[in-house]
Amino acid sequence: MRYLPHSASERAEMLGVIGAADVDALFSAVPKSALKSFDLGLPAHQPEFLVETHMRALAAKNHAAGDGPFFVGAGAYRHHVPATVDHLIQRSEWLTAYTPYQPEISQGTLQMLFEFQTQVAKITGMDVANASLYDGSTGTAEAVLMAKRLTKKNKIVLSGGLHPHYRDVVKAYLKDDPDLVCLSPSPEGQGDILSQIDGNTAAIVVQTPDFYGHLRDLKAAADAAHAHGALLIVVITEVVSLGLLEAPGALGADIVVCEGQSIGNALNFGGPYLGLMATRKEFIRQMPGRLCGETVDADGNRGFVLTLSTREQHIRREKATSNICTNSGLCALAFSIHMSLLGEAGFTRLARLNHHNAVKLARMLGTVPGVELLNKSFFNEMTIRLPVPAAPVVEMLAQAGVLAGVPVSRLEPYNPNVENLIVLAATELTTHADIEMLAECLHAAIEEDAQ
Amino acid sequence: MSMNTQGRPTGTGTSGSTAASGSALIPDEPLLFEIGDTEHSGVDLPEVTIDDSFLGGFERKTKLDLAGLTEPEAMRHYVRLSRMNHSIDSGMYPLGSCTMKHNPRLNEKMARLPGFSDIHPLQPVSTVQGALELMNQLSHWLLTLTNTAAVALSPKAGAHGELLGMMAIKAAQDAAGQAHRTVVLVPESAHGTNPATAAFLGYTVKPVPAKADGTVDVEAVKAALSPEVAAIMLTNPNTCGLFEPQVIEIAQAVHDAGAFFYCDGANFNAIMGVVRPGDLGIDAMHINLHKTFSTPHGGGGPGAGPVVLSQALAPFAPVPFVRKGEKGLELVEHVEEHALCRVTAFHGQMGMYVRALTYMLSHGGDGLAQAAQDAVLNANYIKARLQHIFSVPFPNYPTMHEALFDDSFLKDTGVTTLDFAKAMIDEGFHPMTMYFPLVVHGAMLVEPTESESKQTLDRFCDVMAELATDAKAGNAARFTAAPVKAPRRRLDETRAARQPVLKWEKPADLPQAAE
Repeated sequence: MRYLPHSASERAEMLGVIGAADVDALFSAVPKSALKSFDLGLPAHQPEFLVETHMRALAAKNHAAGDGPFFVGAGAYRHHVPATVDHLIQRSEWLTAYTPYQPEISQGTLQMLFEFQTQVAKITGMDVANASLYDGSTGTAEAVLMAKRLTKKNKIVLSGGLHPHYRDVVKAYLKDDPDLVCLSPSPEGQGDILSQIDGNTAAIVVQTPDFYGHLRDLKAAADAAHAHGALLIVVITEVVSLGLLEAPGALGADIVVCEGQSIGNALNFGGPYLGLMATRKEFIRQMPGRLCGETVDADGNRGFVLTLSTREQHIRREKATSNICTNSGLCALAFSIHMSLLGEAGFTRLARLNHHNAVKLARMLGTVPGVELLNKSFFNEMTIRLPVPAAPVVEMLAQAGVLAGVPVSRLEPYNPNVENLIVLAATELTTHADIEMLAECLHAAIEEDAQ
Repeated sequence: MSMNTQGRPTGTGTSGSTAASGSALIPDEPLLFEIGDTEHSGVDLPEVTIDDSFLGGFERKTKLDLAGLTEPEAMRHYVRLSRMNHSIDSGMYPLGSCTMKHNPRLNEKMARLPGFSDIHPLQPVSTVQGALELMNQLSHWLLTLTNTAAVALSPKAGAHGELLGMMAIKAAQDAAGQAHRTVVLVPESAHGTNPATAAFLGYTVKPVPAKADGTVDVEAVKAALSPEVAAIMLTNPNTCGLFEPQVIEIAQAVHDAGAFFYCDGANFNAIMGVVRPGDLGIDAMHINLHKTFSTPHGGGGPGAGPVVLSQALAPFAPVPFVRKGEKGLELVEHVEEHALCRVTAFHGQMGMYVRALTYMLSHGGDGLAQAAQDAVLNANYIKARLQHIFSVPFPNYPTMHEALFDDSFLKDTGVTTLDFAKAMIDEGFHPMTMYFPLVVHGAMLVEPTESESKQTLDRFCDVMAELATDAKAGNAARFTAAPVKAPRRRLDETRAARQPVLKWEKPADLPQAAE
């Protein structure tokens, strides 16, 4: 077995030093009824090339995004990741280290996290950011709990534009909470979240661009929330938008949660992704997750450590702000490298290019008979209404090699109002030919369906 | 708290003279913001003219002020930073409870096949049949290795799996009219995530004391059980490195009291393929794919924490899950009855599923059992070689995959567990887990894993013995000054916490009196 260093004679020699007759003697505390009382029936070990053949066969049964025109977004986006990023994150020193518990020999990871926190704070316009959470959805649930701790109030209002999966995760985390208000899906960008805020409200949760692509007025939301002593939690699933749209921190956000996958990370069928969280400096003690801070070593040299750990489970146990331990370290590294490569100039150009292609997509969709664009505003994603149910059309297009977006019914199966809707995204990878082919296939599918 | 988010001035301290700072092959590296600026970029993208008619007046006015690096600058920055990290690939990393085993690169290669890495979680299910098949195969391995009824793959890490498992227990009890069960029993030796998880869900945490031999007393569990108890959260093998000999009796007592048995699976590496947790009576257990099944630790994640469930809890599994349908495999993303709903967007850590299955297929059922046995053999070998000079708090049982020592061998030496750990750094080893479990004074929890050769273990034991001998000989200064050969000497953690500096700011922007 190529991963196990011991020879049979070494094992025997080691057992001799231990004074055990055989390896079973080391398992003597295991009840006899439970020790190897079974035949697993699993296949035996295999050479590398056979494992590779097996995995390649599975991979070949999937239609990769790069195989054809691709417009799927809805919380995960296909962007180009520079080759440098993937090379660097596979270096042993990044890939095979763990949480920097021993700072003297983890300065690489720690300095990177300090740089990462700085980048996240800058793009969101907030005072401080943590060293990552699992993803945007669980980050949203953590933000909601954080807001309840900060305000000592209970009511949470989720905008109808919040990603349905994010809403469902918050519902699971706040199971049976009578003070959780989930507004109905608002595919046309409508919403009455401001009228829901009252004196018992801990926070309102507003996503922008929202699930349907609309840009939401954060300033108005912040002002209304603050007037009642409530907090504004801003959720961003497409972090590239921050290269073109105003920073939530400048508009009054109290906690910002982003899905950071778009920068540095592949689609990966939904994970691993990267939760970003940023907040005001006065809220830092209630923030979940790791924080990296600057300090000095015994010689006075600048160095970095994990800090403010008295918030965390390994110190505070049942009084911790969260139970999170392992987070998304390597995804944060990928994000940070990609963001360093972009810099302000590149990040801005990337965002503009995304929007530019989305505008082309919107204009082209507007020419397809029967297709109605629901957005007056968007960044790189939009919602269209078809004259027919959307799911079969998307399926039909997939068979033709075009991945046309997400039928909203996939996420909202019990809501007849969204049955004809598709959410579509364009990125810097979307070509004019892709858009033309989508329009052509959509037109044909709608006609076919109508007949 | 007075908060200072301002960065300290550029440049290192007054003393650059020790080996700890800027030695030949490990140069000090400035922050990227001190190297790059807003004009530099390592990505070539066309400049386009923006049609602002869809931007609703929300264009960014706040400066980004993001430093950029060209490609050669970025390459050098991150390679230089990486050299300040210890890693499994560069040396033994015996961090107890973390299972720092070898990370095969075949895993990485497979995870990067476009058929896995370049598929979207919401593209039509008909276009991702291979992904669903992979999830099914991984589930089969996990269920077979644990002899349980169902598995929820989606949790993002171990603590997230704990949360899901305890949510399932809560949902099952609510459905059975048992919502009055509000207490969760947690042994004092448990990982901090256990009580944090229980409290997260509103449970009251009641500690269960350990016996003098380091194991949980079935009588103490019975005494703590009551109609208010929802569950026990027990780690097995436990955090003292011991297999709980009375685990079956404990499970029986817990079930008799109408409660559930949540098992923390962080230490599954000791028993995979050798003992099936389902045979011990567990109801839910998370499995850290980044520990047991070699998906890399990545400097602190991403992990993956699938949870196996007993028959009683299987109906309360969250979405999504895979099942066979008429047109191939289906992905069930919504269930109305009894469902927890979902604990994460999309379908969990696919990238980790690919790596874990690759690892399982490489090892096979036979290899996994051999790996567990070798992990246990290695820990017992370290214990055997060091027990005469170190102090072993629980000598009665063979240890499992971790060797636990306390600090009584350091009594009157002026050397603490922390000092000892820092001296190990100077000898080229990552220290073991320190001061955990909490039930052992000055704990040193050593987990070698199966990946270490006898030669490495011998060198490790030689170094550990030499250090212990030197400490006892009164050479405390070697320990209290350590490390001196690392990229940094000991860092001032008190200062970091009292005056938090959590991001960099331009020296020019600093107020005159920053501190």
